[in-house]
Amino acid sequence: MAEPLLSLDDLAVHFKIGNALGGGIKTLKAVDGVTLDVKPGECLGLVGESGCGKSTLALAIMGLLPPTRGTIGVDGQEISGSKAPDRMRMARTVQMVFQDPYASLNPRQTVRRTLADPLRLHGVRDKAEVEARVMDMMAKVGLRPEQADRYPHEFSGGQRQRIGIARALILKPKLVLCDEPVSALDVSIRAQIINLLLELKDELGLAYIMISHDLGVVEHVSDRVAVMYLGRIVEQGGWQEIFENPRHPYTRALIAAIPDPFHRAAISAKAKARGEIASALNPPPGCHFHPRCPLKADICVSQDPVLAAVAEGHRAACHFRDRVS
Amino acid sequence: MTGPLLKVDNLRISLAGDGATYSAVENVSFEIGRGEAFGLVGESGCGKSITALAVMGLLRRPLSLGGGRIVLDGKEIQDASAAEMRRLRGKRIAMIFQEPMTALNPLSPVGKQIAEMFVLHEGMGWNEAMDRAEDALRQVRVPSPERRIKDYPHQLSGGMRQRVMIAIALACGPDLLVADEPTTALDVTVQAEIIDLMAELCAAKGTAILMISHDLGLVANMCKRVAVMYAGRIVESQAAEAIFATPSHPYTRGLVDSLPRLGERSKRGRQRLREISGVVPSIAAYPAGCRFNPRCPSVTEVCREVVPEATPLPAEGLVRCHHHG
Repeated sequence: MAEPLLSLDDLAVHFKIGNALGGGIKTLKAVDGVTLDVKPGECLGLVGESGCGKSTLALAIMGLLPPTRGTIGVDGQEISGSKAPDRMRMARTVQMVFQDPYASLNPRQTVRRTLADPLRLHGVRDKAEVEARVMDMMAKVGLRPEQADRYPHEFSGGQRQRIGIARALILKPKLVLCDEPVSALDVSIRAQIINLLLELKDELGLAYIMISHDLGVVEHVSDRVAVMYLGRIVEQGGWQEIFENPRHPYTRALIAAIPDPFHRAAISAKAKARGEIASALNPPPGCHFHPRCPLKADICVSQDPVLAAVAEGHRAACHFRDRVS
Repeated sequence: MTGPLLKVDNLRISLAGDGATYSAVENVSFEIGRGEAFGLVGESGCGKSITALAVMGLLRRPLSLGGGRIVLDGKEIQDASAAEMRRLRGKRIAMIFQEPMTALNPLSPVGKQIAEMFVLHEGMGWNEAMDRAEDALRQVRVPSPERRIKDYPHQLSGGMRQRVMIAIALACGPDLLVADEPTTALDVTVQAEIIDLMAELCAAKGTAILMISHDLGLVANMCKRVAVMYAGRIVESQAAEAIFATPSHPYTRGLVDSLPRLGERSKRGRQRLREISGVVPSIAAYPAGCRFNPRCPSVTEVCREVVPEATPLPAEGLVRCHHHG
């Protein structure tokens, strides 16, 4: 078995909210005890609704938010704590593609400069080599050489996302965090970007964490899937297990909520969740999902369910994990 | 009382800008029967939202009605005075918007915003109207409506705000509800609840729905008939099931094929997604002939020169493509 490229152990990111004089300080547990591995070349789909902690988790992995508890290991190195590697080293290992290609590019930099600056910062001195690598990367993401001297506003949304992907890959990282990479794009452009991401993954042996609320996209691209709810992983497993045999009622609710006329209603309307996600400032006791759960029982209010195995490589955090089917 | 509830006939919407006038929407015709749910689907910029605004009589500069008729219940309303339209809006036709936070008045309690409808359109006194507002909130299943009527919009979650919007829109039992991306700002599980609620209440009251969305799956699930818009024109309209089963316009076919569909990968393994090449044209540079021609896989000379006429499809459908059949 390959060494994991990324390993999270009991990772927690908490924020202090409020002030001591007005109402007291509260703790917002954005990420609360996440244990997760990503192997080289693997795509992990990370699913959950807004406020579940997906993006906080991504920022912690990028080294942009300090963990409150637990450890993050990237490529054999711990990135939190006193022995943490420097940002420069991290940048050569982990990169990110953002949701909004309009907001995440510098409007005053040409494509060439956006791609060449990281190379120069990371010690590629030879001008010819910088140019060759920029051109090579542009070709890989489907941009033409003469577009190198254009600015972001001269491109469409899909092309801008290609620039964003090129920027993420120019330093040859091993892991790329894709945070909703297609949700800001026109529907007719999304397939182009999804195909591109999958081609680059195979060609360059990349590992992805694909954060998305679009389960169709997640099923299409992922090798494994993790489902988050209010800061915790409630279910994880191989993509086929998660989509065909979901064991957590929340996963089932997510799948049931998808309006797809072709999706045979294998999962009944009873699987739908009621109400809305609770505030992470004041999560319900026990299983965080219980106020919305169709299977709720007394034990769900009094006890936290543990994330336990239901099958090889498939784990679910539900007291009734063996009865959900 | 015969004939369709709403008939939009040869609608043109003009956009004035940069010293020129463009046709943002042209030759758009459709009919909605009493109590029928009709979907208008397209990507951003295709003209679907401004078509909805035209129906509501809410076009403002730089947009204006360039021609065509809008007939509500046998009466032409495209030239109705501002006062007439004010009487119609809220009473006979009502609208809900994508972002409930910006559509609600932040300085007024939600109960008052609902009660206003009864006071304005039904001449009710405020006390009675507030009682009715509480009932309306109960109908849209807001918990503890007696307390919630005093809440301001910022005190409610996104899903609850959209419920309030629905309560306002349906307060006076309108004949037509125009819903412009009503769930795009919401999480998927909440979206499923709001769609169910809208469909159920409109069915109970016999309200017709004009549903505007970029999500073909969502619209096809909820509506009986669907029209697909591209670059300001309707390119195809069919019964909802037929749009997915036998899409007739290359653009519709491209959209249906390009979306990763839940369950597909299990059945057939991961197939490369079919891409629609190119980008959505901008309004200042709409191509001559069929506006989809630069992106169309089956383009020929005639497509670049001649605007395709509507070809009838079974069950009152139509497609605008030179190569149909």
